[in-house]
Amino acid sequence: MTGPASNTPVVAVDDVSKVFRIPHERVSTLKERALHPFRRSTHERFEALRGVSFAVERGEFFGIVGRNGSGKSTLLKCMAGIYRADSGAIYVNGRISTFIELGVGFNPELAARDNVLINGVMLGLSPREARERYDRVMDFAELREFEDLKLKNYSSGMQVRLAFSVLVQVDADILLIDEVLAVGDVSFQQKCFDVFNRLRDEGKTILFVTHDMAAVRRFCHRAVLLERGRVVHIGKPSEVAASYVDLSFGEGDGSAVQREDGRSGDGSAEILEAWWEDESGERQGMLHQGRPCSFHARVRFTNDVHNPAIAALFGNERHEPLMATSTDWKENGTGSFRAGEEVEFSVRMDMAFAPGRVFATPWVVHGGHRVMDRRPEFSSVVVAGSHVSGGLVDLPHDVRLEAGERSFQSQGGAV
Amino acid sequence: MSTLDTAALGKPIKGPSALGTDFRRLAHLSVTLAVLEFKLRFFGSVLGYLWQLMRPLLLFGVLYTVFTHFVRLGAGVRFYPAILLTGIVLFTFFSDATSRSVTSVSDRENLVRKIEFPRLVVPLAVLLVAYFNLILNLLAVMVFVLATGVEPRVEWLALPLLLVALGLFAGGLAMLLSALFVRFRDVQPIWEVVLQMLFYASPILYVLDALPADVRPQVVRFNPLATILVQSRHSLIDDTAPNAWDAAGGMVYLLIPAAIAIGVVVLGFWVFNREAPRIAEEL
Repeated sequence: MTGPASNTPVVAVDDVSKVFRIPHERVSTLKERALHPFRRSTHERFEALRGVSFAVERGEFFGIVGRNGSGKSTLLKCMAGIYRADSGAIYVNGRISTFIELGVGFNPELAARDNVLINGVMLGLSPREARERYDRVMDFAELREFEDLKLKNYSSGMQVRLAFSVLVQVDADILLIDEVLAVGDVSFQQKCFDVFNRLRDEGKTILFVTHDMAAVRRFCHRAVLLERGRVVHIGKPSEVAASYVDLSFGEGDGSAVQREDGRSGDGSAEILEAWWEDESGERQGMLHQGRPCSFHARVRFTNDVHNPAIAALFGNERHEPLMATSTDWKENGTGSFRAGEEVEFSVRMDMAFAPGRVFATPWVVHGGHRVMDRRPEFSSVVVAGSHVSGGLVDLPHDVRLEAGERSFQSQGGAV
Repeated sequence: MSTLDTAALGKPIKGPSALGTDFRRLAHLSVTLAVLEFKLRFFGSVLGYLWQLMRPLLLFGVLYTVFTHFVRLGAGVRFYPAILLTGIVLFTFFSDATSRSVTSVSDRENLVRKIEFPRLVVPLAVLLVAYFNLILNLLAVMVFVLATGVEPRVEWLALPLLLVALGLFAGGLAMLLSALFVRFRDVQPIWEVVLQMLFYASPILYVLDALPADVRPQVVRFNPLATILVQSRHSLIDDTAPNAWDAAGGMVYLLIPAAIAIGVVVLGFWVFNREAPRIAEEL
């Protein structure tokens, strides 16, 4: 992030809009066209992007998040030059490579060499560059011994490895990555992100489309949240992630009211109180790290309701989400409740959060999205502990060091 | 609501287009796709290339038997087998390049919708594959032509020019058809019928002299394919046969097939270029 050009964004999106026309009745043969020359005029306009603007600096890891249908993939395709924006402008300074899918152009009937060639050329290399990088690609993918096999004889894991290693060797300045990359097992995903981080450290810029908030928080410097084609929020990943959670749970009917303390809901349920208890069941304002504890919330329903869900989000002083849980994450519903009925919701755990103040946001939702009551940072507790690791949580773990005969071992974390 | 200093950012990207911004990329991609496609056809089956060669040869065998022994279209025509085979190979190229291009853009859907590249690459690669095939087939034809007693002549040097002219005509149609097919799926059956008509409207099975005298110049004037075939016969096989301008009734009349071919190229490019930005959405 040095150099004279560091103030110029590498990617700038300026007031971009994109409308898709979806014909009501697909008229695609000449006969139908001749019989109904004016029918095509009946189509629906779908505004996928509406006046989207943002800029990405060199060396940034930038997240583009939003729910399904929010326009994030359309935006990526506009930046990639696959779709043409209807209005506005997109500026790109540097060589750009798009990864909407791994291994674009791969053909199962061809051997690795040909597939690396075609994929590399599709991604912007010249055939000569692609051939020169072939060895590095095969080494990185650790597939040297299978290079004469046709791709169809590769396992799907090997295909992904091959494709990913082409991606790494393409050496673009700007990488546009779609969430479909999040295929494969956890260890492969981790490897992907390790590589993205390394590329970013080398000064590459990475734009990453996803709805995985955990990935956004872990890897992105900044993120933009889209909703129905509009930019809702640009900023720190934690803030954007919080807005995203609000959007996902908070999209209700108009009756949801936002109050001054941030409380929202349609009034059909009330979170009366929330508190913390230590292992002996005593209410506490302070808890010891590593000890069993529990969070409790008392809720009263003011209307009859079937299968409501109660959730809690725990965050730290910097409003970084630490953990979330919900009754909705199980198969069975919670059952029916009558108006006036009161319930107690609780979460039991060993306190693994880092020392400091922990805030709890309880909420009650119904039908997936309708917020009945939500009280942001309604209750807080201080976590006490002498162990300050700098991390957000301290999980129990072992530390080991081995050098020949000698060895060192200690237990760490919240013990 | 532009808050950006757009002056410092240079030019905005222009989105998908037929030619793209980098001509080398257009060339690299077309050649790479064509070579790999050719490889696939070549190594796809046990006999590989032999099948590519067998198709026109078998067609030739059947037609030759029918038209020399039963219908006798070739009776009295000098080097009829050589003319027939050359005609078939040239027409095979034309029909390959155009009919395969019709569905080419939608066949390459996985590329078109996933990555930015000059859209023209798709029909261009089809044309190149047809050219590769043609060149290999022509080698076989040459052996055959020499074996039937045709003497090599300086006029053979006209062959590349004839192939370029044929390729331009086919390329124009390839652009037109591949772009139209995205919107109108019935382009495919229509083109199959048109190809059949063109086959019989061109002097492949018969020589021009077999037609009524007043029809001959019309065929050469209004069917660029016929123009090229007539000239091929004259330059490559039998210099006693009329050349294209004599057959058309004068040099001036050759402007008509030239205009048709160039018109097809211009129209094809115009349509393709117009459709290119939205092809990824229309598929």
